[in-house]
Amino acid sequence: MERSGRDYALWTIAIALVVIFALIPVVWLISISLKPPEALTDQRFIPSDVSFDNYKSLFEGGIDDSPFIKPLINSIGIALITTAISIVLASFCAYAIARLEFPGKRVILAGALAIAMFPPISTVGPLFDMWRALGLYDTWLGLIIPYLTFSLPLAIYVLVAFFREIPWELEQAAQVDGATPFQAFTKVIVPLAAPGVFTAAILVFIFCWNDFLFAISLTSSDASRTVPAALAFFTGESSFTAPTGSIAAAAVVVTVPIIIFVLIFQRRIVAGLTAGAVKG
Amino acid sequence: MSEIVLEGVTKTFADGFEAVKDLDLDISDGEFMILVGPSGCGKSTALRMIAGLEDISRGEVKIGGETVNDRSPKDRDIAMVFQNYALYPHMTVRENMGFALKLAGTDKGEIDKKVEEAARTLDLEQHLDRRPANLSGGQRQRVAMGRAIVRDPKAFLMDEPLSNLDAKLRVQMRTEVAKLQSKLETTTVYVTHDQTEAMTLGDRVAVMRAGVLQQVGTPAELYDNPKNLFVAGFIGSPAMNFMPGELNGGKLKLPIGEVDVGDLGVQGHDGQVIVGIRPENFEDVEVIGDLKEERGVTFEAEIDLVESLGSDLYAYFHIESEGVQSDQLADIVEESLEETGAGEIREGHEQIVARLDPTSKVKRRDTAQLWADTSKLHLFDPESGDSLKGK
Repeated sequence: MERSGRDYALWTIAIALVVIFALIPVVWLISISLKPPEALTDQRFIPSDVSFDNYKSLFEGGIDDSPFIKPLINSIGIALITTAISIVLASFCAYAIARLEFPGKRVILAGALAIAMFPPISTVGPLFDMWRALGLYDTWLGLIIPYLTFSLPLAIYVLVAFFREIPWELEQAAQVDGATPFQAFTKVIVPLAAPGVFTAAILVFIFCWNDFLFAISLTSSDASRTVPAALAFFTGESSFTAPTGSIAAAAVVVTVPIIIFVLIFQRRIVAGLTAGAVKG
Repeated sequence: MSEIVLEGVTKTFADGFEAVKDLDLDISDGEFMILVGPSGCGKSTALRMIAGLEDISRGEVKIGGETVNDRSPKDRDIAMVFQNYALYPHMTVRENMGFALKLAGTDKGEIDKKVEEAARTLDLEQHLDRRPANLSGGQRQRVAMGRAIVRDPKAFLMDEPLSNLDAKLRVQMRTEVAKLQSKLETTTVYVTHDQTEAMTLGDRVAVMRAGVLQQVGTPAELYDNPKNLFVAGFIGSPAMNFMPGELNGGKLKLPIGEVDVGDLGVQGHDGQVIVGIRPENFEDVEVIGDLKEERGVTFEAEIDLVESLGSDLYAYFHIESEGVQSDQLADIVEESLEETGAGEIREGHEQIVARLDPTSKVKRRDTAQLWADTSKLHLFDPESGDSLKGK
């Protein structure tokens, strides 16, 4: 079908509007982060003079004194560990749900959905008490466990959809070729479900990275406080200045790993990876 | 030795449906055995039970003398070609073909040697480093075959391997498969719903219907001596014609005339019968003159349609009769409706197809003098559908 020039122009305008709408806050944030404290309220969109003081202040004092480095490490560590565990568990579970008939299959799916819909805030109080009793309060594990709870249903749902797309014959072919069920899974199914695995990984990672609720409630120090929670504890240069500049700079810095993460995995999310498997 | 023996093999699915009923089949070493039947007759299920992809509800499957019921597919040393090829899309052709050997722990040099050998046989050498997505249908099919032959397994199992190819390629690959099998002399079980493939490929053909084995035999046996109406109607293209008849003291009354059935060996079956006659057993009287009159019957028919294919001429006409009714034939009609969307040729069963000599001058709407070779009649019991011959 030939697309007319008019259509093309309209689409371009529509897409441009959406992109601008989405990006303006980000650009604004970058702009603020580059302004020196005294210029913060100058009402200019483009800073008159650019300073990197806000960024420097984030990392000043090294790992012990900086308000930002420890939380950043916590964030990266907790998010990566949760993502890894979540994806491994979810892929086993999703594979079973997609391929096997077993009693309780529906219950598992319904349960996963129920957990995903459960309001996290209602678990915070009990978790706070339990974690203090168990000694998990203010530890990495104390955050990883609730993150797993809420990210697994998401990962399972995404992966089930992808596994169902893979022709069953491929696995049977592998079995006839002499593969054990586990080999068939790791050498044939997982590579083919890679786009799904990466999609799920990105979603889980972003969920953990962005979480504020659990991070602020279940941590009390830099031992496990993640960046979103740490931002709330930033202080200004004096008791009369708001830490707006450094918060903006920190926000920009924490956005960078997400962008890198998505860009790396986006290369793997190529459509049609299963093309050519079967006639079609 | 790698003969495959099925003894009373039955498959009952969880919902109680019996897909395969008490199947006995001996496939000898190196034999090319075809399982054929309309869709849903249980032929694929039978194959998958041999492969180990489907549990066996009852009975026993032996490969090379050993019972393999409880062995997983990987321990049965068989190779399978799937209908949709099931190539691994993330591997190159070389990796696809070498996958089984790699799993078996064969060393790298040996794998390369065997893969290249198989690639040479299948004319795939220049494609070894491409991925399945970049291959044509015929090439994918050959890779699927290649994946089977590199392993030198006890048996090849093929599940409608040619049905996804276009008509021309299918005929070409059919000869390839036959050549390959006779060269390798590996026991092969080949499932198809296409009776032409069955007739041309196999050493022996097993015809199945609704989970039950109907007849096993060489293509010629099935064609000349079908055991029942189903086999008679299924094997042969165009299909055998059927008409009602009445046997009475050695005389057979047909809608096209009365015949002496002295030499058909069906004495003592007086009453209603179903009579089958193959299209090629008709001839135009003008072409044969009065040469064979004594062993046939001559009749007049109004020709509805003439199809000339150059080498053959098909004349369609109808006879005055109520048609014949049989479950076995209904199955075949259903199948041809599914396949072609047009089962009108056999609908009502009184439409008759005759294959005449191409020099015949019969024309549409003409009344022609036709001759039928009554020594080639097939007589069936209308109740059971069984052939009356040799009973």
